[in-house]
Amino acid sequence: MELTLKEVQHVAVLARLRLTPEEEKQFTEQLGRILQYMEKLGQLDTSQVEPFDHAATSANAFRDDIVSNTPNPAAILANAPAKEQTFFRVPKIIE
Amino acid sequence: MKYESVIGLEVHAQLLTQSKIFCGCSTQFGQAPNYNTCAVCIGFPGVLPVLNKKVVEFAIRAGLATHCEITRSSRLARKNYFYPDLPKGYQISQYELPICANGYVDIDLDGTSKRVRLTRIHMEEDAGKNIHDGHGDSSLVDFNRAGVPLLEIVSEPDMRNPAEAGIYLRTLRAILQYLDICDGNMEQGSFRCDANISIRPQGTDALGTKVEIKNLNSFKAIEKALEYETARQMDTLSEGGKLIQETRLWDENKEQTRAMRSKESAHDYRYFPDPDLLPVVIDEKWIDEIHTSLPELPGTRRSRFLSQYALPLYDAELLTSRRDIADYFETAVTIYPNAKAISNWIMGELFRILKERKLDQQLYIKTWPVRAEYLAELVQLIDQDKISGKIAKMVFDALVDAERSPQTIVKEKGLEQVSDVARIETSIDQILAAYPKQIADYRGGNEKIFGFLVGQVMKSMQGKANPQKVNEILKAKLSCTIST
Ligand SMILES: [Zn+2]
Repeated sequence: MELTLKEVQHVAVLARLRLTPEEEKQFTEQLGRILQYMEKLGQLDTSQVEPFDHAATSANAFRDDIVSNTPNPAAILANAPAKEQTFFRVPKIIE
Repeated sequence: MKYESVIGLEVHAQLLTQSKIFCGCSTQFGQAPNYNTCAVCIGFPGVLPVLNKKVVEFAIRAGLATHCEITRSSRLARKNYFYPDLPKGYQISQYELPICANGYVDIDLDGTSKRVRLTRIHMEEDAGKNIHDGHGDSSLVDFNRAGVPLLEIVSEPDMRNPAEAGIYLRTLRAILQYLDICDGNMEQGSFRCDANISIRPQGTDALGTKVEIKNLNSFKAIEKALEYETARQMDTLSEGGKLIQETRLWDENKEQTRAMRSKESAHDYRYFPDPDLLPVVIDEKWIDEIHTSLPELPGTRRSRFLSQYALPLYDAELLTSRRDIADYFETAVTIYPNAKAISNWIMGELFRILKERKLDQQLYIKTWPVRAEYLAELVQLIDQDKISGKIAKMVFDALVDAERSPQTIVKEKGLEQVSDVARIETSIDQILAAYPKQIADYRGGNEKIFGFLVGQVMKSMQGKANPQKVNEILKAKLSCTIST
């Protein structure tokens, strides 16, 4: 599958990446090659194969509804670049 | 051209679990900022979320109560977007294979039933809370709510006006409250709603351009916003304008909706199955267990109240709108079966006290200000002519927080109704002697005087006289006086 420059720019916006025009061109090429390689899978006949959406073969890993954590907001906030009281502080959110 | 609105609703119901959906943090409301957080719900690298089994159970409960198919093998998925209240950069939700699908809720429109179809119910985690105002160039973020379990309940666009949407929401909320899985508190945000609305010429089937409305924090806001939006869309079309698909915010103060600045990529969430979480496989046995544990639901209970107790629709609806009220009513009726009288006392006096004490904000009232058995006994005393209706109100007030039965209170305070003819006659004779002028007026044709005289007799007997007897005897005496 050919990837367009526009698609790469769109994905970059979604991922909050700022790319130079050179990088955009480079990634369009590289990502396109990866997708082309993956397209080989499309040649297989999978009409008789169940869709696969998880690598694990088991199911139902549950926990019981029990409060087990000892609150420690100081530790949680320790790595925050900015805080105010026990809030995380971030650049002003508009809208 | 006549238009109709086409409304679909998305409800987010916060589940009444003790702990969050993927970690052992408490879900308690009102804690200090970031008190209920840990490495998992804050999204530190390398942590592993583990699904709270109760969330699955609650989702199945909701699904069965709304006639959904329960998905035998469902998946959790990542919904990717960036926002400061979303610590991981994705929300764990469900996309393909939601836990429940294709259900319905029957709503009651003045006695006729209407079916609102449900597209799906899925499990997801809530986000944190941002505080925008009053902190200069900063916003503050509190993650106590991040990871609190939600059910998202999505309806088909089956509602045709704002009132129907309001009834659907109340019905759905009552079901969740009956199931004991959500407290339904809109103010605290544990029952939230987004609406999709479009309009189309009446009698046509095609769907118009839909607008999503957010920030609807009360039933009143929802109905008002939908009315506003219907009018706005009709105006736009009749002026030859075009509607655009967009998200609009309800402004409670201005009572209007306004467009959110939309980014074109806002809805590109790139869902994919979450590799950290195993499939959720639900077998027949689990479903059966949950099915047998379901309580009688409000719709069924309302129908039963109509037939079993011969109550008016209004009473049946109000009494069954809450499970605790319906239970209270049935306890009282079992003790003394005057259903309508008991219903009146509940809807009048009891509701007044519940409101005064804000007890109606509790999900299920366990300790009542007046015990159900006492209310039953009170109604029985009235029916047996032992106390008058007026005295009964006094007794009711005395019953609040009381550990004594109505009979005891009536005895202690000497409130028994007097039906004894001789005693009533004595009192009437005194009154007749005291008001010769009024009696002359009455004779002259002023019938209003009769009520005055009854009032005087009741007053002289401290309200304890049997009013029916007073009426009879007074009438007889007055007509005697006239004829002599
Ligand atoms: Zn946590």
